[in-house]
Amino acid sequence: MRLLNLFKIATKAIVLNKTRTLLTMLGIIIGVASVIAMLAIGEGSKESIRTTISSMGANMITIRPGADTRGGVRQERSAMESLTLQDFEAIKEQASLLTSISPLVDGKGQVISGSNNWPSTIYGVNPDYLAIKVTDLQSGSMFTDAEVQSASKVALIGQTVVENIFTNGEDPVGQMIRFNNIPFKVIGVLEGKGENTFGQDQDDVVIAPYTTVQKRILAIDHINQVIASAVSEDDAPDAVIQVSEILRTQHKLTANEDDDFHVQSMEELISTFSSTTEMLTILLVAVASISLLIGGIGIMNIMYVSVKERTREIGLRMAVGGKGSDILMQFLIEAIMISITGGVLGVLLGLAATVFIENLLHWPTSVALYSIIISFAVCAVTGIFFGWYPARKASSLDPITALRYE
Amino acid sequence: MTKEIIKIENLKREFVMGTETVHALRGISFSIQEGEFVTIMGSSGSGKSTLLNILGCLDLPTSGAYEIDGSSIKDLNRNQLATIRNEKIGFIFQSYNLLARTSAIENVELPLLYNSKVGSVERRERALKALEMVGLGDRIHHTPSQLSGGQQQRVAIARSLVNNPVMILADEATGNLDTRTSYEIMSLFQDLNKQGITITFVTHEPDIATFSNRTIVLKDGNIIQDNVNTKVNSAADQLAQLPKQED
Repeated sequence: MRLLNLFKIATKAIVLNKTRTLLTMLGIIIGVASVIAMLAIGEGSKESIRTTISSMGANMITIRPGADTRGGVRQERSAMESLTLQDFEAIKEQASLLTSISPLVDGKGQVISGSNNWPSTIYGVNPDYLAIKVTDLQSGSMFTDAEVQSASKVALIGQTVVENIFTNGEDPVGQMIRFNNIPFKVIGVLEGKGENTFGQDQDDVVIAPYTTVQKRILAIDHINQVIASAVSEDDAPDAVIQVSEILRTQHKLTANEDDDFHVQSMEELISTFSSTTEMLTILLVAVASISLLIGGIGIMNIMYVSVKERTREIGLRMAVGGKGSDILMQFLIEAIMISITGGVLGVLLGLAATVFIENLLHWPTSVALYSIIISFAVCAVTGIFFGWYPARKASSLDPITALRYE
Repeated sequence: MTKEIIKIENLKREFVMGTETVHALRGISFSIQEGEFVTIMGSSGSGKSTLLNILGCLDLPTSGAYEIDGSSIKDLNRNQLATIRNEKIGFIFQSYNLLARTSAIENVELPLLYNSKVGSVERRERALKALEMVGLGDRIHHTPSQLSGGQQQRVAIARSLVNNPVMILADEATGNLDTRTSYEIMSLFQDLNKQGITITFVTHEPDIATFSNRTIVLKDGNIIQDNVNTKVNSAADQLAQLPKQED
């Protein structure tokens, strides 16, 4: 009852000073809106990194030979020949947390067809490749296990290769191409995937059976990588451990020897990149929070002026029976109402700004509910914190002096 | 035997200003009965304002006793004093002290907002009744800037009546008004007094005192005169005798 009256009194005072109230609110509005927009941008880029990395192959695990860290001339990672088909077979048989698995050998070279040529990369894999990389075929079909066994000269090509080799728009399926002068029959075209997060063109590829690439192009019998899919994203870290253990046994490493291979899940990559954007988000939010703080100081300033200006009114209220606590509450409620109304408007403005950023700047955004709750809570706290001092000041006025104040 | 509204005994108020002690009130005693219309007079520095503050429970005496409507205000804290002011006293000021840009009725309702025993419906009813008593029943939604000085003071009087106080305390209530309006306001006070309302009126204008039925004169912190006025002037009659204003 008493609180309701004080609430009415405070509302009245706010309504009577519309312009001033609105200007005071502006600080809070801008502060809250920028916090929300900045968090939305941060969340949005984090999510977009996650989706692009996932598009490179969800749950993908990559096994590479490790760089040689033993004495003598140290070799770079790609020069290592420590990963073999036996390793691949062992992982395939023993790792229970993997669904698909494929060896990978790669080499650079020139793709030639008729009078066109194009530098590209050939990847020698098995039919599991499509499942691991989450890639679909646009036309044609994938090669079979039998074609892998027989090291058939068949290939699938990506969109970039199609565009640069088959310039007249003819159907590439069934055509012959040469890669480093080895003829391949094109049996399929991969669907376009665009660039990945690192700016690498995922469509500039030629896919062939790994046996063919090993024997006819690279003339090697080790493999460069093993790629695999974990059962699920959650199982990926466990799968990494499982694969590591299998390889340590396979390579007969003793307990105090380091791994001579490197197993990495996409999850690690995502967290590396997320931490970068997180840093950026924290920075943006810190800047936005400063404007919120300044908004709070604005409230304190106005409330302080308001107390001065309304000294006689305070004196009168005390004379007719207003207690110190009534006056304190009146001014505190006023400050909180300004900050909370500002908070609501700020949230709305922040959401509008987010939509604007999304549609006009084409930045990915994502509004998290927690950002709204947090900025709203901060607002209420700001109101209490910055409203307290002026309200305290008002409530401790001496009614006699206040009544005679000019 | 009428009821004693105010009882003051050997009241002293001292202010310490640096090393000097100023004796604003040097031990005064008097009492006010229910239904009296008392004017307190004195020149500036006589202790009149100090007495008013103490009577209005805005200040506490240094020593001596003060009882209002049977309750002693000795040793009360700020909050208890506020409650006494809210329930027992109606204030009227020289400069009206109305809330700007706030309608007359809302101004009158103000004291009741601080009284949690009065609900919003009763509050509105009592405020309306008070405004009708001062003759402003048709101007309840006017804001102070739309009212003349006399009308503003009437709103203030209505505000002082709304909590049914045991005493109305007026501080130079006619000080800002011209003679005609002053007489109108005094006539209103006399009417209210006839209805049994106790009024204490602080002023330095001798002609205002002639409308009351008792005058207390202060000088240098002492009461030098406390007379019952046997020949009370009627403000309404005085008003009729004023020359007609030419518009």
